[in-house]
Amino acid sequence: MNRRLDTALGLGGARGPIGVAVKTILYAVVVFVFAGPLLALLVSAFGKVTDPTKLSLIPHGFTIDNFTEAFHQGVLRYLANSLIVVGGGLLLQILVSISAAYALARKQFPGLRLVVLLILSTMMLPEEILAIPLSLVLADVPVIHVNLIGSLAGMIVPLGAWAFSILVMTEFMKEVPVELEEAARLDGAGDLRIFFSVVLPLCRPALGVIGIFGFNMIWDQYVLPLLVAQDSSKFTLALALRSLRADDTVGTGVVIASALLALLPSVIAFLALQRQFMRGLTSGAIKG
Amino acid sequence: MPAGGCRSVRAVMTIATTAPAQEGASAPERPARRRMRALDSVRRHYSAWLFLAPALILFALFKFVPMIRAISMSFKNVRPYLGDQWVGLDNYRSVLTDSSFLSACWHTAVIAVAQTGGSMLVGLVLALLLEGTARHLWIVRTAVFLPTVTAMAVVAALWRIIYYPAADGALNSVLGWFGLGPSQYLDSPHTALISVLGVGIWRSAPYDMMIFLAGLAGVDRTLYEAAEVDGASIWQRLTKVTFPALRPVFGIVLTLAAIRGLRVFTEIYLLTNGGPSGSTEVVMTLVYKLGLERNELGVASAGAMILLVATIVLTLIAQSRRRRAR
Repeated sequence: MNRRLDTALGLGGARGPIGVAVKTILYAVVVFVFAGPLLALLVSAFGKVTDPTKLSLIPHGFTIDNFTEAFHQGVLRYLANSLIVVGGGLLLQILVSISAAYALARKQFPGLRLVVLLILSTMMLPEEILAIPLSLVLADVPVIHVNLIGSLAGMIVPLGAWAFSILVMTEFMKEVPVELEEAARLDGAGDLRIFFSVVLPLCRPALGVIGIFGFNMIWDQYVLPLLVAQDSSKFTLALALRSLRADDTVGTGVVIASALLALLPSVIAFLALQRQFMRGLTSGAIKG
Repeated sequence: MPAGGCRSVRAVMTIATTAPAQEGASAPERPARRRMRALDSVRRHYSAWLFLAPALILFALFKFVPMIRAISMSFKNVRPYLGDQWVGLDNYRSVLTDSSFLSACWHTAVIAVAQTGGSMLVGLVLALLLEGTARHLWIVRTAVFLPTVTAMAVVAALWRIIYYPAADGALNSVLGWFGLGPSQYLDSPHTALISVLGVGIWRSAPYDMMIFLAGLAGVDRTLYEAAEVDGASIWQRLTKVTFPALRPVFGIVLTLAAIRGLRVFTEIYLLTNGGPSGSTEVVMTLVYKLGLERNELGVASAGAMILLVATIVLTLIAQSRRRRAR
């Protein structure tokens, strides 16, 4: 097949030294603009960076001073907080979502449509807009009257309510053949047994999708930790980046090293689960 | 849900599921049997509600209760310890007559429109440029996509450094290669808004690119062949075949991006916090300052509600248009 017809622009058909050179330059510019800044972060974190003008793509010597100084500033603590929040939040979010999705995909009951509508409607509620009342709720959780402000739990528990992963999981579970479950039911398995040993293993591909999206969503969290953390002992890495930058006694090198530490987990998670990420992006977005 | 809770749920569920799963559609039923069936159905639905319970509790506590409180606070003068006072529409009136709120609305609209348009345009160009199955294209696409998965806090820290206003700052150095600059970027009221927009587009254009790429993959290749046979130029092929085929995708990207633009908070908070001299103040940074720094919870809630209504109206318009397009 003619390669000019493979794509809209037909760039695959561009031949000859000039065509290849033009394409290469275009790709280089694009990568420079979008990945260059992140690469500069990686390079500069290991260089002698004393002020913001030293951010560079070209290594100037090699040192881990920025990291030792960052650890001295308590960055390991912030990293640990971030990891606790992402671990706890993701676990809670996944358990809550698959449990809800199982009911929505498999059960027929009065009120089903209302529940779906309520959950869907929260996708229109930007968390930023709810920030102030949410902080009041966290300070005195209704019914149980617990104050979650100033605790990592306050950053974790609200993450359990995420419509996106419930919807992705529900759509996926609807596709899983129901026959296997019926067979298990005939063998005398209860709902929970069926859920854990039949449905969940079949949903592993979708678990990858909600896992990577949940990870990204939680790692990107800023508003919730901002509302909850009262002192630096509960800072996540994201919060700490701002206070490190604002602190004149802390050099740019420390900020860059800390930013790199905050960057790497999300990049690694994305690269490891890229296929699932793309599937979620297209299915979630295109189906709307 | 804690593990202990799970175990007690299991006991209830086993009881619930011992009821026969088949629903008979037999014609005339005696009252006693009907009552039995109703009981059965409640038991069976019991298990559905139990599976839903953790989600419903969390949604209620952290989405719906805050929502209701935001609505109610927006009509009240909120006074901690003294009790709230019903003030009707006063909060809305004071917010809508406040010139700083109106200029924040303007900045929000500018950011929503410009960032949406900018990232769609850049995303589309990127998608057209990087479409294809070759391995090197996949690598370039992956590299380009990285800003989107980077946490906003990292993006802001990084761009504060890139935008460093000295002549030998990172971006000013690049501009220097072309004989341009130096610019003050975030530090000048004239360039702060556009600098914020640049960061927003940098981060969201790759996201739009991926959605466009998914759309491009769905374009019927025989149409390209037909265009080739008819002697159409690449530009004609783009405007007559590719773009019309992408129309539903444009709609989706537009909606997602516009909503993303309206709720903008974190990037402004971290890049400029509304400054210099209010030139990048958006609705959410203003609401945050009103609510949590000046403790005017009622007025802040009214401001948030206005933004929420705008978001919902926009979403509903987009959805109804999409439904009509189907």
